[in-house]
Amino acid sequence: MKILTGNDLVSGDVIWWAGDGWSRQVGDSADVGERGDDLARTEEAALRVVGAYVIDATVSDDGVRPAHIKDRIRALGPTVRPDLMLKPNDADAGNWVI
Amino acid sequence: MVEFLSFRDGEATQEPSVTVEAFTGQTNSTAVRIEAGEDARELLPHLDRLSLVEVNFPAYGDGRGYSAARILRESGYQGELRAVGDVLVDQIVAMRRCGFDSFHPAKPLDDDAVDRALNRYADVYQKAIDGRTPVWAKRHPETTNG
Amino acid sequence: MYRYDSYDQSIVDARVEEFRDQVQRRLTGALTEDQFKPLRLMNGLYLQLHAYMLRVAIPYGTLSGKQMRKLGEIAAKYDKGYGHFTTRQNLQYNWIKLADAPDILAELATVEMHAIQTSGNCIRNISSDQYAGVSADEVADPRPWAELLRQWSSFHPEFTYLPRKFKICVIAGDDDRAAMKLHDIGLKLVERDGKIGAEVYAGGGMGRTPMVAPLINDFMPEDEIISYLEACLRVYNRYGRRDNKYKARIKILVHEIGVEEYKRQVEEEFAHMRTLGLNPPVEELDRIRAFFAPPAYDTGLSEDIDRADPAFALWVDRQVAAHKVPGYAIVNISLKPLTGIPGDASAEQIELVATLAEQYSLDELRVTHAQNLVLPHVKKADLYAIWQKLEEAGLAEANLDLITDIIACPGLDYCALANARSIPLAQKIAQRFAAAERQAELGELKVKISGCINACGHHHAGHIGILGVDRRGVENFQLSLGGSGAEDTSLGQITGPGFSEDGVVDAIEKVTDLYLAERESGERFLDTYRRLGMKPFKEAIYG
Repeated sequence: MKILTGNDLVSGDVIWWAGDGWSRQVGDSADVGERGDDLARTEEAALRVVGAYVIDATVSDDGVRPAHIKDRIRALGPTVRPDLMLKPNDADAGNWVI
Repeated sequence: MVEFLSFRDGEATQEPSVTVEAFTGQTNSTAVRIEAGEDARELLPHLDRLSLVEVNFPAYGDGRGYSAARILRESGYQGELRAVGDVLVDQIVAMRRCGFDSFHPAKPLDDDAVDRALNRYADVYQKAIDGRTPVWAKRHPETTNG
Repeated sequence: MYRYDSYDQSIVDARVEEFRDQVQRRLTGALTEDQFKPLRLMNGLYLQLHAYMLRVAIPYGTLSGKQMRKLGEIAAKYDKGYGHFTTRQNLQYNWIKLADAPDILAELATVEMHAIQTSGNCIRNISSDQYAGVSADEVADPRPWAELLRQWSSFHPEFTYLPRKFKICVIAGDDDRAAMKLHDIGLKLVERDGKIGAEVYAGGGMGRTPMVAPLINDFMPEDEIISYLEACLRVYNRYGRRDNKYKARIKILVHEIGVEEYKRQVEEEFAHMRTLGLNPPVEELDRIRAFFAPPAYDTGLSEDIDRADPAFALWVDRQVAAHKVPGYAIVNISLKPLTGIPGDASAEQIELVATLAEQYSLDELRVTHAQNLVLPHVKKADLYAIWQKLEEAGLAEANLDLITDIIACPGLDYCALANARSIPLAQKIAQRFAAAERQAELGELKVKISGCINACGHHHAGHIGILGVDRRGVENFQLSLGGSGAEDTSLGQITGPGFSEDGVVDAIEKVTDLYLAERESGERFLDTYRRLGMKPFKEAIYG
């Protein structure tokens, strides 16, 4: 699937397009199909996102997983600071990234 | 919005500019346009017949035009020196400092933003072309004659 | 230390207001991201992997206690309670909100700090020797020159849109602790006929195409250095490549036209530049120099250090360096705890070091390019008290210049440009070699890790260098040997095919084992490598 990500313009937080708005959780990502670039432009113009880009991802029982390690790290946070990751209590978070 | 900005007295030069190659190969033109990467020093033998030099900025990040402007002014060029192309409001002050005295940006500038930019910094650290007294000279008026 | 006068302060204050205005225009949509990006970069604000990142300039790596305390306060108030000291002697905050950035700059301005030109294709923060002013071998304190250059390069009207970024370093002795020859321009102060001037090196750098800077002038006097640098920069601004950002640094220009031709063009430009009155009068450098006059040292101090506590004695032997004044010492504070993140410090640790600087180091501290901190003026009698406080705060690691004192860029954990994670690898190496005896046995061994070809982790200059690459979406690491950023500057050579994270740790163990087996008396790892060459090391790794 194709998903859309970027950063919140004001806070800089990593955000994911959830179909009707933006979410901090990659698991909320919606498949944007071919509409990603158009969405990115519209949402950037509306000042809701900065640096938006479309990536490949897979979806399974474990949820949405970006195809590239860089985006998996974006989704969770720095692997060397588990206390700051979005799943601080998930011992498996590191493996999910790699 | 400002389409054309001049700091010169009197009318801006209207004559269409020609390329450096065309200019140095003929004698009747008085306006020339320097592209990024062209050598401003080629114009030095002809400064007395020039009334307008346009310096093109193909992209705001291409800073070669700043050197071109200073080279012309350091060599005594007194005519109009116009920045054209991708010229942003946040660059006007630096361009003024390098000797540009008119601006024809590809995209018009906001009047208020231009005013704010021009009046933002009361002091400068370097001696340049615009005659502003650098901070070091203000600190040592007795040895630098202002 | 240098103190702002009303001119310096008003320029920095104006910059804060200008940026506040620009951020406002961005938040209301008057500026698009394309228009805003160059403006925020000139103020050190990046959009990084997770958030906005702010890089604060620490000019020539020197700070007062008050400035350090402010850095800690900002980390606690606006970030997630920590900051990262970089190989450019700067500090980065990783979690900044755009709307807060102007307030942070305003807070910095209250302690005479800023983030001006910490990014962008302009002249960056001037770097220098962390032992400036306290090292016995320097001919003069390099920091007055660095401050003169800081002011000259700030908002330079001609050199703000260079082909690429431009880094300048100033040192003043034969020992190079700042990787001077790996800068776009390196200055080494020297004395000639009783006068101080600079040897000028140009065209060094790391990145994709590492080069050691050649000498282009063997004595530039202090009253002409500015016009000479203007000449160096003008030639670069006019002729540096702009068609390919990977070939845009001055090193490529110097390499392509040749150092003699570059020198010739600079001299020609300089002959013209020196007539334009661009140099501040010598009184200006004298004015700046007065701020760096030696502080009021006590005399008649004891040289004794009570070494009864063995852990303290170990730390003293490793972390404390000779000061030029009797009774004083230089304290190196390691930011490389074995399980920590190289260069990271919590708000509380930053606050503690600020207090230590005020109480014990004449209100001064330094940041090193190896991502450690320095208390430059410590009485030997105070060393034990300082060590105890550092120990409590997790800052008493005794590993300066040892295999676990690893330089690592933020890597893929934080950086949008990175291909691989640097920090977890640094941690694995540190854990493999954690035993103090083993580290001591290996002696000086500089390991430097970059997460991408941009080489922020100085891997080319590592005795052991590691470069992270992306091999079809998987992290992979290339190993190189034989680099040095010191006075014997050299560039490392790649050993061969790359490794996984665990594989590179194994490979390091093989080359260090070989070193231990083959070294001759007094040889460091680097010396043995230079004597033997790559071949036996390669065989040890790939068998």
